[in-house]
Amino acid sequence: MNKLHVLVIDDEPGMRMGVERTLDGQKLEFWETDILNVSVETAGTGAEGVEKILNGKIDILFLDYKLPDMNGIEIIEKLGERAKDLIIIMITAYASIEVAIEATRKGAYDFLPKPFTPNELRTVTRKAAERILLARKNLQLAQEKKQVRFEFIRVLGHELKAPLGAVEGYLDLMKTRTLGDNLDSYAQFIERSSLRLQQMRKLIVDLLDMTKIESGKKDRKLSPLNLRNAAENAIELATPAANARNISISLESPAEITLMADAGELDMILNNLISNAVKYNRDAGQVFVRLQQSADQKIIIQVADTGIGMSAEEQQKLFKEFSRIKNAKTVNILGSGLGLSILKRLTEMYNGEISVKSEPDQGTTFTLEIPPAQQVEATA
Amino acid sequence: MQQVKTVLLVDDDHDFRLQQKAMLEALKYNVVEAESAAVALGKLDNPTPDIAIVDLMMEENDSGFTLCHNLKKRLPDMPIIMVTGVAAETGLAFNVKTREEHRWIKADALLEKPVRAEQLQQEIKKLLKV
Repeated sequence: MNKLHVLVIDDEPGMRMGVERTLDGQKLEFWETDILNVSVETAGTGAEGVEKILNGKIDILFLDYKLPDMNGIEIIEKLGERAKDLIIIMITAYASIEVAIEATRKGAYDFLPKPFTPNELRTVTRKAAERILLARKNLQLAQEKKQVRFEFIRVLGHELKAPLGAVEGYLDLMKTRTLGDNLDSYAQFIERSSLRLQQMRKLIVDLLDMTKIESGKKDRKLSPLNLRNAAENAIELATPAANARNISISLESPAEITLMADAGELDMILNNLISNAVKYNRDAGQVFVRLQQSADQKIIIQVADTGIGMSAEEQQKLFKEFSRIKNAKTVNILGSGLGLSILKRLTEMYNGEISVKSEPDQGTTFTLEIPPAQQVEATA
Repeated sequence: MQQVKTVLLVDDDHDFRLQQKAMLEALKYNVVEAESAAVALGKLDNPTPDIAIVDLMMEENDSGFTLCHNLKKRLPDMPIIMVTGVAAETGLAFNVKTREEHRWIKADALLEKPVRAEQLQQEIKKLLKV
């Protein structure tokens, strides 16, 4: 359970006791999910209080302005940087406006004029506690984010190292002429090396795309685009790879179908979908690109292939970063493991949804559903 | 003439398998490849391997360990060389030199990737006592 440490610095024993009796052992509940357990410490002089704060874990300080050895402002000054991690509530009977302004400037958060009722004390404490809890949660969130980032970089490092290791291995075998002096004997090594290097290049390109998506929201330019034209361009881009394996790509679309989108992002979406459908197809297979607008104005982009497909288990891991499906069927297919997570992020930016249907050795169909343009978040 | 020895090569990394195979064949071994622990367990007859080279991390982080146990159950006398590419970075530091370790890790030798031909030859010769 989370703790909330309260310190009261006051030279009046009655005041110290009153705060202790009202707050010590209290359980403060927030949002039905968090409970803070209050514990109260007390100090009768400024020096004793400062000592307790600097050597303890105080969260909230109730500070009397008039103390025998120093005043409240001096105490705040003595605390230096530590004062910033505290919520300071001044308790004073003589709070003049000047004192109030100065104390606030030095870091006091609130005032509680004497005399106060136990209820007033509880209300002020609760308000301060909520602020502390929020700050703690923010910190936790920031740390978790950092952790996710580290994990991403760790896996990325690994993914970049793997192709290098493979290429080094092949070069080593060639250097020591393991298969003799004839270069032709090494054709497979050379081919694998160049495939692994292309894969590495693809990973780096995808990584740059991803960085663009994450950082470049302000560069987005949404405009009405003809989805059909964009799809035709993407198909053209995928055609050499498709022709090489005798794969046909067909497009089924109304002459004009308009989507509010950023041109670069739309290209990324379509290229990802269509190049995947070619890559994971069988030789002489087919790719079907279907564009349509549903009755409720949703834009639907569907790309189906007749390729190697995926098992239900494989489909579950599909949109995770760096999850590449590794099996005998994919060993010669280039991929970075980022393409689909990029696709998912892009789809989410358009409040859209992406779904997949797949059957091993039958094919895979990806369907994107994007709600009408007016729901797209406007660019600032 | 000496009989050709068979090496069972278990690794889910296609490139690593291809490289090891080239090395081993250059050293005049017969190579049987397996891309997973399950496939490896199906390739223990005709010919029965004389020695196995097993990658530690395959489908799961410890697939190699489990496979070693299963291989030793089926072929107790077949030596196993475990290969790992991650010892240094995961802090998965272990070796198979003490008896205690050998009780848990059923491998007879440990090699770190990248594996060089001379190293491999040396370990295989030692374990096959040729």
